[in-house]
Amino acid sequence: MIASLRLRAAVVSIVLLAVFLGAWHLATRSTGTAANMSPEYAKLMGMTATQGKSAMPGPLDVGAKLWEHLRRPFYDNGPNDKGLGIQLAFSLGRVMLGYLIAVAIAIPLGFLIGMSPLMSKALDPFIQILKPISPLAWMPLALYTIKDSSLSAIFVIFICSVWPMLINTAFGVASVRKEWINVARTLEVGNFRRAFTVILPAAAPTILTGMRISIGIAWLVIVAAEMLVGGTGIGYFVWNEWNNLSITNVIIAILLIGLVGMVLDQILARVSRLVTFPE
Amino acid sequence: MSIFDDPFDADSRVNAGCICGQHRSPAEHEHAMSALRCEPVVESQEKRYENVVASAVLRAVFPEATTRRAFLKTVGAATALAAVSQFFPLKTATEAFAEAGTPEKKDLKVGFIPITCATPIIMAAPLGFYAKAGLNVEVVKTAGWAVIRDKTINKEYDAAHMLAPMPIAISLGLGAQPIPFTVPAIENINGQGIVLSMKHKDKRDPKDWKGLKFAIPFDYSMHNYLLRYYLAEHGIDPDTDVQLRSVPPPEMVANLRADNIDGFLAPDNICQRAIYDGVGFLHILSKEIWDGHPCCSFAASREFITSAPNSFAALTRAIVDATAYASKAENRKQIAEAIAPANYINAPVTVLEQVLTGTYADGLGGVKTDPKRVDFDPFPWQSFAVWMLTQMKRWGQIKGDVDYKAVAEQIYLATDTRKVMIEMGLTPPKDSYKSFSVMGKSFDPTKPDDYVASFKIKKAS
Repeated sequence: MIASLRLRAAVVSIVLLAVFLGAWHLATRSTGTAANMSPEYAKLMGMTATQGKSAMPGPLDVGAKLWEHLRRPFYDNGPNDKGLGIQLAFSLGRVMLGYLIAVAIAIPLGFLIGMSPLMSKALDPFIQILKPISPLAWMPLALYTIKDSSLSAIFVIFICSVWPMLINTAFGVASVRKEWINVARTLEVGNFRRAFTVILPAAAPTILTGMRISIGIAWLVIVAAEMLVGGTGIGYFVWNEWNNLSITNVIIAILLIGLVGMVLDQILARVSRLVTFPE
Repeated sequence: MSIFDDPFDADSRVNAGCICGQHRSPAEHEHAMSALRCEPVVESQEKRYENVVASAVLRAVFPEATTRRAFLKTVGAATALAAVSQFFPLKTATEAFAEAGTPEKKDLKVGFIPITCATPIIMAAPLGFYAKAGLNVEVVKTAGWAVIRDKTINKEYDAAHMLAPMPIAISLGLGAQPIPFTVPAIENINGQGIVLSMKHKDKRDPKDWKGLKFAIPFDYSMHNYLLRYYLAEHGIDPDTDVQLRSVPPPEMVANLRADNIDGFLAPDNICQRAIYDGVGFLHILSKEIWDGHPCCSFAASREFITSAPNSFAALTRAIVDATAYASKAENRKQIAEAIAPANYINAPVTVLEQVLTGTYADGLGGVKTDPKRVDFDPFPWQSFAVWMLTQMKRWGQIKGDVDYKAVAEQIYLATDTRKVMIEMGLTPPKDSYKSFSVMGKSFDPTKPDDYVASFKIKKAS
């Protein structure tokens, strides 16, 4: 019965995709009505103007272009034109660096905050104010103070992805069941051992949820940051193609950003299943 | 005006027949004054250097112009050259001269914004002008004017493509902390345009433009000043009657299509791109507001010049050379192809060709030809800087008194560039100031305050 549900879901998914692609194709077909213009003039004009071609590319255009990109993902034509594979690698590298710094800071700090109700109350207003700030708002400040654009991008990822982890870790640590801590206390377990053998495993699922939210945010932020800073990365690719008003390439980049984001999320979902325990 | 005064030409008169002494006849002087520009490279660089060195030697041997001419007349130029090279190692001297100082730093990064204004900066990479100057330059595409400013200030770039007023704004601390910046070369002259949305096809008189929304690339840009000037001359107050928005060039076409703006005064390939995509039409070229106006500049911080003077000189040489090459009409097609790929401007070749060759579709069904639509002339006239300062003052970007001349001379390095150009065998203009007219109103760089006061529409400060 479960298998058949899956099957049915897959069929519905495919039908939805087909309907979407079909509608897209129909909506972006060229009207075919060539405007009345001299051939000399038409030669100087783009397809949208001469053949009534929609400014939005159809699914076939996108497919063809995607194939072109997939065939050679790692070409390097100089500092401003690299293959999609290289651009994604640059973005992933930046995200990982910023994210790992955030993990290294948020988890120990969250632990301390969670164990001390006083600190948790005292720091709460700061965290609440800093949490909702958009990455683009940090960017000028980072560029101005750090004076290095690639470090600024990493800083922005760090600052945006640190908060969910911090809050979740603190929350997870604070809400470990009192009985377990009391048991540890009766058994005269030391502070350090209590933190690692009782609190950490109990709080792990919440911490991982925070990490999962954070990786999503980090991946969101990288595109915005790279569009601004430029140079390399998938965000730069989007900006560069937008510059050329090449919507086809922008759509391809959107697809890839979604795919990579999904993969990152799934990896953390797997890990969080590993540390979850039945009660 | 010839590129260099050829001392082997026995026919040239000793005291040339014009007031400045640079030209052979008053007519030629007039012609040169009206164009006032250095002419492009005629021969290969080596040949030119050889000539420069040879002339220097010849002049040293015969300091008197009359005796020199007499000598040339009797023996002929070729024999004279051969004779000179007999007792002077011309070849070695030429090589030593061409090398100038070894650059302190060979690997340089230069930032640019992907528009045709950056043509000399960009093309110098694929066409080898940087390599010829002994440099290994990486040209890096940058997302916007504020980012290019910050990256250059942060020394991520050694030099950069900036809007001509930006180095002035940075040096004065407008919109950033004050850091001394310089302009060794102007990138391009002309090459901008006012594009209107298709729906305003019949609204060609600027007097009807009240309430429209226009986009400009940056507050400290010639585009801003030219559009304000144009509107104000037609009785529209740019601060109260219309809305001016600072929008990055690539977003302009998208915004025009989405009807968020009614038009823009933008750098080219963006104007032509809007036409190419059938979104807008060309109202006027910026050339019709001020023929020969500067637009973008090649900028470097004062610190870079002092810490690496030879690299800076080599860079200036490469840019001047590239600019000279770009100013020749017959090279434009090749340039359009060289700078179109994704690594550089990333635009259709047809669009770039229309901009650079000056044969373009106007968006209304006509094909127009104007070879001077965009042009390239590196000389950083200090009067340009004075004009920009008057407009900054006029629109309230600068408050209080301005020492126009001092600021212009600090930032626009006419003297240094002149030296580099003379070393390269070009004949740069002797003056650093010239007067010009903007929409028929003449500008006298010696009386900037009167100029500002003469405008009816301005922001009171």
